[in-house]
Amino acid sequence: MVTRHVILRSLSKVLIPLIMLFALYVQFHGDYGPGGGFQAGVIFGAGIILYSLIFGLPKARMVFRLRVLQIIMASGVLLYGSVGIATILKGGNFLDYNVLAHDPVHGQHLGILLVELGVGLTVCSVMATLFFLFTERRRREDV
Amino acid sequence: MHDSGLSISSHLPAFQIAVPLLSAVICVLIRKARAAWLLATTVAWAAFAGACVLLNRVILHGTISYEQGGWTPPWGIELRIDLFNALVLIIVTGICAVVISASLTSLSMEVPEKKHNLFYAAFLLCMTGLAGMTITGDVFNIFVFLEISSLSSYALISQGATRRALTSSIQYLVMGTIGGTLLLLGIGMLYMVTGTLNIVDMADQLAMVGPNRTVLVALACVTVGTSIKLAVFPLHIWLPNAYTYAPAIVTAFLAATATKVAFYVLARFIFSIFGVELAFEQLHLDRVLMPLAIVAMFAGSIVAIYQTDIKRMLAYSSVAQIGYMLLGLSMASVTGLTGGIVHLFNHALMKSGLFLVMACVLYRVGSTHIDAMRGLGKRMPFTMAAFVIAGLSMIGVPLTVGFVSKWYLVSAAMESGQWPVAVLILLSSLLAVVYIWRVVEVAYFQEAPEDAPEVKKAPIGLLVPVWTLVFAIIFFGIFTSLSAGVAGDAARMLLGAGS
Repeated sequence: MVTRHVILRSLSKVLIPLIMLFALYVQFHGDYGPGGGFQAGVIFGAGIILYSLIFGLPKARMVFRLRVLQIIMASGVLLYGSVGIATILKGGNFLDYNVLAHDPVHGQHLGILLVELGVGLTVCSVMATLFFLFTERRRREDV
Repeated sequence: MHDSGLSISSHLPAFQIAVPLLSAVICVLIRKARAAWLLATTVAWAAFAGACVLLNRVILHGTISYEQGGWTPPWGIELRIDLFNALVLIIVTGICAVVISASLTSLSMEVPEKKHNLFYAAFLLCMTGLAGMTITGDVFNIFVFLEISSLSSYALISQGATRRALTSSIQYLVMGTIGGTLLLLGIGMLYMVTGTLNIVDMADQLAMVGPNRTVLVALACVTVGTSIKLAVFPLHIWLPNAYTYAPAIVTAFLAATATKVAFYVLARFIFSIFGVELAFEQLHLDRVLMPLAIVAMFAGSIVAIYQTDIKRMLAYSSVAQIGYMLLGLSMASVTGLTGGIVHLFNHALMKSGLFLVMACVLYRVGSTHIDAMRGLGKRMPFTMAAFVIAGLSMIGVPLTVGFVSKWYLVSAAMESGQWPVAVLILLSSLLAVVYIWRVVEVAYFQEAPEDAPEVKKAPIGLLVPVWTLVFAIIFFGIFTSLSAGVAGDAARMLLGAGS
């Protein structure tokens, strides 16, 4: 296993950090350009999936534990929702970002940044979890 | 902007969706079964209280519109609460609160404790979806919330104790997805014609565009799509299996809420968006829906008579009862629609009551087969008494809620001169006598087999929710001003808006 697929392994060693970096770019560029939380989450998740395809499931699972992924999944939604609750507490309607900062433009910026971060976290961890659960199942049946 | 006391209560519509959603997520994070149950129960009762406040406010001050994100409709997404959906919201949150209170006891039998927090998370997500479908003023949001509630209900059904729960969940998933897709297709066509997704705006635009083929196809897609979720007679195939093999708590919850919200969506589309004129005068939807409703009333009841599993019997009875609601809708008169809406409310009470009784029986006896009921009248007196009262209401005996809805339906049929329909309603009620009596006879007039194990009375954690529903059945059977009064006003509003 270790000696096989030398090209694939060395290429993905180069590519995976770039994929993840690009995901972060799509994530934080999303409010003013094409991109956003969902796309970024999918790209980051794809990075995780590529890693586990090339280096094997056990290694990937050591980094991304299911319980940790579950917590990230939940906290993404929680982040999204708490932005909504925060806007209500600051006197606006649900998810009215205008009230988040002193000036509405900054408020909108901050609001969409946090909300998209929530989306990104949840989408990425859901992608990885789905992949892990399906591959787990296969392994269990093989044994 | 506002003073804070006023502003918090004016955000009640947003809280109806946001609080259950966030609590569902918190249930995933806390792994203690009991803590998750406590959170879910508190949230459900709070949502019920909120729904009551909202209904009261709608009665006093008229329709509530809440602008999400501060964007004005029709550009922004609004939550719009009028008499009709305020009543449906009360059904959803109320039944959810009662059923989830019972779940601490009943669930331990059927679902391993390790999964309880995820179960409550799915339960709250389902409630979020149903509440969202009910109060949103945006047709695309209806689809999104439909998917939230459907996906979580597939997960809930698959938690049943036997492996057949998995296949029935998949069966429901396939049917439900087809239904959701058709609904989305219809919404897409409406968007193409009107260029808007807001319900009020869409109705205005449609009135200007007038009927064309795209609109008619959209109406057909929406009707068939929601009919699948509603389990209208030939599209009900998913329902009996899903209700039979799901955990008892889930059945009590879904039977009283999921199909009711589907009915709400159908009525909302037909009356508030397409309008009575298009749906009933040009397309003659009533000529399709009324025969289907009547066939459902008879076929559902007759098949129910031959079931040996009482949960399955009640599931088929649901198919018949959905027929009554659809019959009320298809008459498109104020009395008929009142009957349909009030039966929505009443059937939610009696069916979740009956399914909770089955949860008690399952908890103590371990089976819901008719043979397991032998002699239960003596051994579980409170439980079976609840079954009798809810059963009488199912038949339509005076002083119970079932009578109120049948009264409205029969008088609507006579009002419009459809005497055969009135006779058919009464005849199908007699079929309900047969299937309810079968259980009563076995429970009260047959002795328990001698080798039967000792059966204790049902635990108090289950009896209190059951009897809450039974009292509601009697209360709303006598004091009809809340249920039938609001339903009548809602029906007048829907028909007034349509013409």
